[in-house]
Amino acid sequence: MNSKDSTGKQRRWKVLALGLAMAVSGLAVAQEEVSDPLEGFNRAMFAVNEGVDFMVMKPVARAYDAVTPLPVKAGVGDFFGNIADIRNTLNNTLQGKFSEAANDFGRLLINSTIGIFGLFDVASELGLEKHDEDFGQTLAVWGWDESTFLFWPVVGPKTVRDTGGLVVDIYTDPTWYTFNKDVATRNSLVALRYIDVRASLLPTDKVVEEAAFDKYTFVRDAYLQRRRSQIYDGRPPRLDDVLN
Amino acid sequence: MKKLIVLAAAVLFSHALWAQEAPDVLVKQVTDEVLEIVSKDKDIQNGNTKKALELVDAKVIPHFNFKHMTALAVGKDWRKATPQQQEQLTGEFKTLLVRTYSNALTAYKNQKVVYKPFKINAGETDALVRTEIVQPGAKPVQLDYSLEKLDNGWKVYDVSVGGISLVTNYRDQFGQEVRNSGIDGLIKMISTKNKSLEAGSAK
Repeated sequence: MNSKDSTGKQRRWKVLALGLAMAVSGLAVAQEEVSDPLEGFNRAMFAVNEGVDFMVMKPVARAYDAVTPLPVKAGVGDFFGNIADIRNTLNNTLQGKFSEAANDFGRLLINSTIGIFGLFDVASELGLEKHDEDFGQTLAVWGWDESTFLFWPVVGPKTVRDTGGLVVDIYTDPTWYTFNKDVATRNSLVALRYIDVRASLLPTDKVVEEAAFDKYTFVRDAYLQRRRSQIYDGRPPRLDDVLN
Repeated sequence: MKKLIVLAAAVLFSHALWAQEAPDVLVKQVTDEVLEIVSKDKDIQNGNTKKALELVDAKVIPHFNFKHMTALAVGKDWRKATPQQQEQLTGEFKTLLVRTYSNALTAYKNQKVVYKPFKINAGETDALVRTEIVQPGAKPVQLDYSLEKLDNGWKVYDVSVGGISLVTNYRDQFGQEVRNSGIDGLIKMISTKNKSLEAGSAK
């Protein structure tokens, strides 16, 4: 590892430390009733993200959505979906879900070969279902089920646990590290994936805008609910019901 | 005249059957019927919210239990509300949900709905029907319905999209408002939002 890398790492830790310091200062304004002790920091980052999204991400995603023909879009989605099956295989294994792991590994083999480097999701056509798992979910299955909510600029909603999970996911993701020798290709791929995901969320923008009373709370609670559902593989236990 | 009586009897009978329909069959029938209409209606596809609202009103609403939905959304504060306040809350929340749901219909572009395997034990009065919206070039979206068995058939009391309940996702937002300005404040907040959404779509 060269010295350039290690200074980059130091800088990253400094940013993290700054973030944590801001987070702690947010404690004072946080409300007791909602378990969101970092609300002050989170709301500030949310506002930053809304600005960046409005100025940059959304217009780019819109342009991508408008100019890209559907087969290309499908290919891009399938390509990154195929890479994600590496992570899925790994994390299903770590969670002891061995038949799902074998299934996702099979998907990876089929789509990387017959599916031409993942451009076509042949495995789904064959009825091999995908099981999305990431290291944040693995940590939850291992017992870290409740975690403080954290909103990052660009990265978006996370928890402390899922932020750690994301770092591990990046290290097990070939998009990030096998192309390290070719930084331009790597960055283009990471950006393309980001735009692809953002573009897929465009139709929900209007719904969120209309449905939310407080967009930050809406997004936060939606993220936490979604993660809870993912951790329980789509069948989370019901919340308490006042009518019963 | 005789034909008319037979027809009327047939309609009545089919309605009685409808109420007894298993929850998964009910969800499938309503979904297929609504999507069939949307796929043929250019106005709705072009974003005609009013027409989408009418469709939802006629086909979807009869199968929902909005009082239960509202209670779930409000959470523990629901018990603090008087029966009259509960009624007002239900009315306003229903308007909000129907509007946002109808808007989602105008975004419909030939997605396919896949129904997941469904099983229910005899005598069970609560059911989860799981579906998936599949579209080319995008990840499938999980769409689940929670239903309960009432005297007049199975009724939906919760809908979740990608694991996010459209109902309980309001709990913190509603709770905040109740703490700040009480149940009446919450009623006012939802009704103000409904009015502004209506004004926006009238443009």
